[in-house]
Amino acid sequence: MADVLHEATATSGGHGGHDEHESTGVDNRKLGMWLFLSSEFLFFGALITNYLLYSNRPGFGIYPAEIYDIPFTSVSSFVLLMSSLTMVLAHNALSQGDQAQTRTWLFATAALGSVFLAGQVFEFTEFVVHYDMRLTTNPATSAFYFLTGFHGLHVAIGIIMLLSLWGISRRKGALSESSGLNVELVGLYWHFVDIIWIVIFTVVYLIDASQI
Amino acid sequence: MTDTVQRPASTIFRKPRSEYGLWSWITTVDHKRIGIMYGYAAFFFFILGGLEALLLRIHLAQANSEFLTAGAYNALFTMHGTTMIFLFVMPVSAAFFNYLLPLQLGARDVAFPRLNALSWWIFFFGGIFLYSSFVFGTTFAPVNTAGVAGNLPVGGGPGGFDFLANSANGGWFGYQPNAGPFYSTGTVMDYWALGLQILGLASLISSVNFLVTVFNMRARGMRLLRMPVFTWMTTVVAFLLLFSLPIIAVALFMVTFDRQFGTLFFEASQGGDPVLWQHLFWLFGHPEVYILILPAMGIVSEVLPVFSRKPLFGYSAIVFAGAAIGFLGFGVWAHHMFSSGITPVAQAAFGLSTMTIAVPTGIKIFNWLGTMWLGKLRLNTPMLFSIGFVAMFVIGGLSGVTHAIVPADWQQTDTYYIVAHFHYVLFGGAIFGIFAGLYYWFPKITGRLMNDRLGKVHFWLMLIGFNLTFGPMHWLGLQGMVRRTWKYAPEMGLEPWNMAATVGAFVIAVSILVFMFNWWQSRRRGEASGLDPWDARTVEWTIPNPTPEYNFAVSPVIESLDDFWRQKYDEDAEGRPVRRPEADKLIADLEHVGNNPPEAIHLPNPSYFPALMACGIPLIAWGIIYHEAMWGLALMVVGALTTISALIGWAIEPLEDEHPAPDQDEETSATAEVQ
Repeated sequence: MADVLHEATATSGGHGGHDEHESTGVDNRKLGMWLFLSSEFLFFGALITNYLLYSNRPGFGIYPAEIYDIPFTSVSSFVLLMSSLTMVLAHNALSQGDQAQTRTWLFATAALGSVFLAGQVFEFTEFVVHYDMRLTTNPATSAFYFLTGFHGLHVAIGIIMLLSLWGISRRKGALSESSGLNVELVGLYWHFVDIIWIVIFTVVYLIDASQI
Repeated sequence: MTDTVQRPASTIFRKPRSEYGLWSWITTVDHKRIGIMYGYAAFFFFILGGLEALLLRIHLAQANSEFLTAGAYNALFTMHGTTMIFLFVMPVSAAFFNYLLPLQLGARDVAFPRLNALSWWIFFFGGIFLYSSFVFGTTFAPVNTAGVAGNLPVGGGPGGFDFLANSANGGWFGYQPNAGPFYSTGTVMDYWALGLQILGLASLISSVNFLVTVFNMRARGMRLLRMPVFTWMTTVVAFLLLFSLPIIAVALFMVTFDRQFGTLFFEASQGGDPVLWQHLFWLFGHPEVYILILPAMGIVSEVLPVFSRKPLFGYSAIVFAGAAIGFLGFGVWAHHMFSSGITPVAQAAFGLSTMTIAVPTGIKIFNWLGTMWLGKLRLNTPMLFSIGFVAMFVIGGLSGVTHAIVPADWQQTDTYYIVAHFHYVLFGGAIFGIFAGLYYWFPKITGRLMNDRLGKVHFWLMLIGFNLTFGPMHWLGLQGMVRRTWKYAPEMGLEPWNMAATVGAFVIAVSILVFMFNWWQSRRRGEASGLDPWDARTVEWTIPNPTPEYNFAVSPVIESLDDFWRQKYDEDAEGRPVRRPEADKLIADLEHVGNNPPEAIHLPNPSYFPALMACGIPLIAWGIIYHEAMWGLALMVVGALTTISALIGWAIEPLEDEHPAPDQDEETSATAEVQ
């Protein structure tokens, strides 16, 4: 707490256009996004805990850990991680004023995210059609679809935000200064979604499968 | 926003311009108006929750009573708890946060004015959605109240008011599997789970908003450790909301999925775990208790120094104690579950952690006593309610510590002793504090004072009625009277104290009528308050009453804690306050400057979109409940389209016009909010 206090006083007034205010120096929207993401960590924390609790409970039917396709999910995880790289490249290009590159990398990020999402749709279809592992088979499968489904929903929303930025940039020819901040905000969100996936892939897929 | 984009927003809707009338309230983004709307809506739900309580008390006044049917009884105690927590204490606290947070920080508004309006409208529609279950809800159970098996209506049987039975009936905590798909078929618990989800969304958005406001919008010189204690407690509450709401969100989604889509999270026969619900619920539910009480503690910490004419004793101790309560609040949840079969080690650990909570709470109590000690007390209504708060909260706190002793807790679990305890902290605590705040800040809203004589009548009636109602519940509980049970036998000897409690409940009801009359009268005919009616200490009293639309004509500069007081008072050699000779002129100057801003002040534009966006959300929720019918799916689509189109309109609408350099605005916060 003392650090926060110190930082707040040290940077007060050092914030463009708003020197009549005490401030952390972080833009309102960015601070809001950080706070929101801190809340999201608890959301996924609860979801992952759920899965860990249920993954070994005795019940009927097939269990997710028995049928994970680790090589396939490794590839789609790699694709998602690469989308974080393209997101950084988009942000970097914008900070250097290269609008065309920004647009390209934004689109690439959305495209990689879509590949990941398509992989998840394929995986779910495979599980349901070939292995008859449904949302309602046992608590472990409920928890698996519940967790990965909410993560997929977050990816989908991220893709929509990326495509909106890409569309605005195409229509107007360039992203304005305030939209530049939006690239950063969407970037924060996108990296968050990726980090959560790293945890899910490790804890839910790799560790759980290794215990079978 | 560039000039190319200013047109499209106005082609969808004419930009809202009205300053008076209904539309001005629907489109407002002014934190003060939003606060007032929160306040009135919360009070409306307070009346509903109070009427529910009165029906319950009439029923319980006699043994073997058949005033209510069993179904109506279950629905009423569930909705009483849910209403008082989620639709009264939380939103009335939000009313105080909204109205006072920017004023106490010396700011013109919160960080995201339109998001603020969105929070309010989501709360409003969430409350309507939750209460719509009384009309649309259905409830069945495998065994009905007459003991007949089959998928039968819960209602019916002996007793009256059966038309109230079709509402959430699984308790405010919705324990599984009782509230699950097997034991509660029908829709009422879906209304409950989705209703709380919507209300949680409103609180989550506002917690982000308030935190950004606190960290970024303080007036010059308003360092964190110069902020008023109420603002500090708001900050702690916002953090608690931020970290506890996602947990209940997951848990409520699990309930909804179990009930609607056949997942097996809480179905024990298939390997599900009903106790997990209790863990998740109380991991949210215990911080929630502090979410309810900390705002009242903040209010009392503002009122006591003013009416004791002394600085708050141990300002930083009280702030850090508040933060400590917030931290510890996440580590004690299982003390709600000592009888659920958790291991002895867990019981010992949670018993100990529960006792440690008494330490920061005790610090606060002694700080308040130290503030009053040797002070020149003025016993106006806000002060009486604050002293009442301290006294009643100590009683509730002491009975609370007894729950930390596990064997004692086993004896007390699900008895009226628990009911007595949490009403002493939440009614004797939170609600007394809230009334102290209403009397204290009434002039800020209206420019008038509430009638002090009627206020004192209200206070004494409420104090007597409150103790008459909830005091006897301690012994009723220890004698073995069980909570949430429709009837008790006459041989148990519980009738006299139950009758006393019912009489007490009506005394409370009379006191609330006195308050409503006083509020209504004082709004029109109350004595004009002037700028500084209480000889106050904090920055919100340096501007005229009622608060001008722009709050501060000139942004204040803060030089110390209790800055306004320091400007008015000096200290003599022994540290006693001496009023500066120029204090009266200072107040006259503030009044003049406050009403005549030296330069034009740009305020954010009103907007239709927050209200429009929020009104799609209950449609989606109704759609989820009835998703098996075509019209349910259609409702979901209509709701989603409403919300999404409002979001797009929001994103392209400029926050302020005629304002050359819109810095720090939230024109694109809609993007940040899609998630």
